[in-house]
Amino acid sequence: MSETERCTSGDWVEIERVLLEPADRSTNLPPETAAQPLLVWVKGFALADAAVGDELEVETMTGRTVAGRLTEVDPGYFHTFGRPTPELTRVGRDLRKRVAAYRASADAKAGE
Amino acid sequence: MAGRTEAILARKGEIMKRALGMDYAEFERSPIAFDYEGLMGAHGYSLQDIIGIQFAAGVGKTPLLELRNLTDLVRSYAESGHGARIFVKDEAANMAGSFKDRRASVSIHVAKEKGYEGVIAATSGNYGAAVSSQAARAALKCIIVQEAFDSRHVGQPEIIEKSRICEAFGAEVIQLSVGPELFSYMLELLEETSYLAASLYSAFGVSGIETLGWELAEEMTALTGAPPTHVVVTHAGGGNTTGTARGLKRAGAKTEIVSASVDLSGLHMASDHDFNRKSFTTGHTGFGVPFATWPDRADVPRNAARALRYMDRYLTVSQGEVFYVTEAMAKLEGLERGPSGNTAMAAAMSLARDLPSDATVVVQETEYTGAGKHHWAQLNFARQQGIEVRAGDPKDNVPGTNIIIPERPEQIHALDFDLSKMHRSYVRNALAHAPEGYVPTPEDILFLAEDSNTTPATVEEIIAGLKEA
Repeated sequence: MSETERCTSGDWVEIERVLLEPADRSTNLPPETAAQPLLVWVKGFALADAAVGDELEVETMTGRTVAGRLTEVDPGYFHTFGRPTPELTRVGRDLRKRVAAYRASADAKAGE
Repeated sequence: MAGRTEAILARKGEIMKRALGMDYAEFERSPIAFDYEGLMGAHGYSLQDIIGIQFAAGVGKTPLLELRNLTDLVRSYAESGHGARIFVKDEAANMAGSFKDRRASVSIHVAKEKGYEGVIAATSGNYGAAVSSQAARAALKCIIVQEAFDSRHVGQPEIIEKSRICEAFGAEVIQLSVGPELFSYMLELLEETSYLAASLYSAFGVSGIETLGWELAEEMTALTGAPPTHVVVTHAGGGNTTGTARGLKRAGAKTEIVSASVDLSGLHMASDHDFNRKSFTTGHTGFGVPFATWPDRADVPRNAARALRYMDRYLTVSQGEVFYVTEAMAKLEGLERGPSGNTAMAAAMSLARDLPSDATVVVQETEYTGAGKHHWAQLNFARQQGIEVRAGDPKDNVPGTNIIIPERPEQIHALDFDLSKMHRSYVRNALAHAPEGYVPTPEDILFLAEDSNTTPATVEEIIAGLKEA
């Protein structure tokens, strides 16, 4: 999350807006989806100074002007690898042993 | 539905006609049949032309690798004389990290030729990266529309990574919460921008995959003296199976086409709740089954990707089996690749075990991995969503509830999906989309037989059965 609460015109920002209210959504949706608004997020260069939560227009990478509520200034990416999965850490060790054992036994058979 | 959505959907025909760069109406033959080969050939590019387009775009000619360690692992528990040789086409070596570059390169070439200012694609997958990368090289503007978050703004790490890479290549990425209305929003954007709709399902895109089947047939012949006996294809929307099989046929190969998907049965693809309870965002049965049994649900009037025409078998594997194989590939073969592309690899290990040792099995793609896409990231995220991750027998897996990592490779066991059920479902869907009371003509029956890889007699039998039901 960005720690900056305000943007100045020209900053790279993310905005959010409601595309469809629940009442306007498609029919045939599962109830848990139908109960939610359809939301959209897009990034662009701020066209004015604003605080997080303010309505703001941005110019996107393709040059479109899009309006929405400012959600983040200088939005980043924080996805990672995380810790190794314990159920997988032994896989490499075990399988290398099995391949080596198979080859040793195949060699032994060939030598008989 | 909102007036706005209805209004845009009413203009769908005219918007798509301009955005697709071709008129699909000329291929329609009846309310059921259309001229598939006519549609596929309408762009006028030969296979050699497409190879040339892709060469200029930096796409294709990826390494074909024999996986000797994985093969010996399978032979260590296969019955004597069994355990086919396993190969992989390392498509992650393409510029944007997957076979989707082949698809994107042709659409981008067409966009440039026809003078479009930019392209739009709706995809949360590797295709977005491919379109963004190719558009950057062609100096075209690019918008990628992604279903990225649930309504709490929580996103699969794999999709977050896809957003990042598209933005890294200079695309405007529009992220939406869960819902099929993404399509009508894409129509609004196509109308606003007049860009080309770089659909995954266009004839341009699917023709671009034919080079993959062609290349691997040629490379296997050079390496082993013959095209492969089996090719395993990770299957979702159908383009991968269709394009690969068509390329193999062009090369004269009599290869058995085995499609493979991750089993996500029980999870609803439009559910805000289920959205983050699956660890695979593509290559799964949630796309694989509906797209094979009704391809024309796609964002084009007629889908060029028609997997049922080409698949000889359809295998499913569990999420845990694919994660296990992804780890095994890295440790045994030095190939650290993304999990979705390894869906076919898990199926191939199961298949190879039951085949004679002189059979050859090619897994026809890999995809890039990294932060977010990596199998550890996926499993950590699954645990955070309350999914139980444990070691055990993968046959006990319940999608959305648990992920079971095999304890031994012998436990990897792909299941055959009943193709006759899919044929029946396909014919039912085709009839349901024709006007009420429409009686299929002999030409329609022939089309349905070709489109489902069955016979006219089988189609007649299915139709008779549906009437009784």
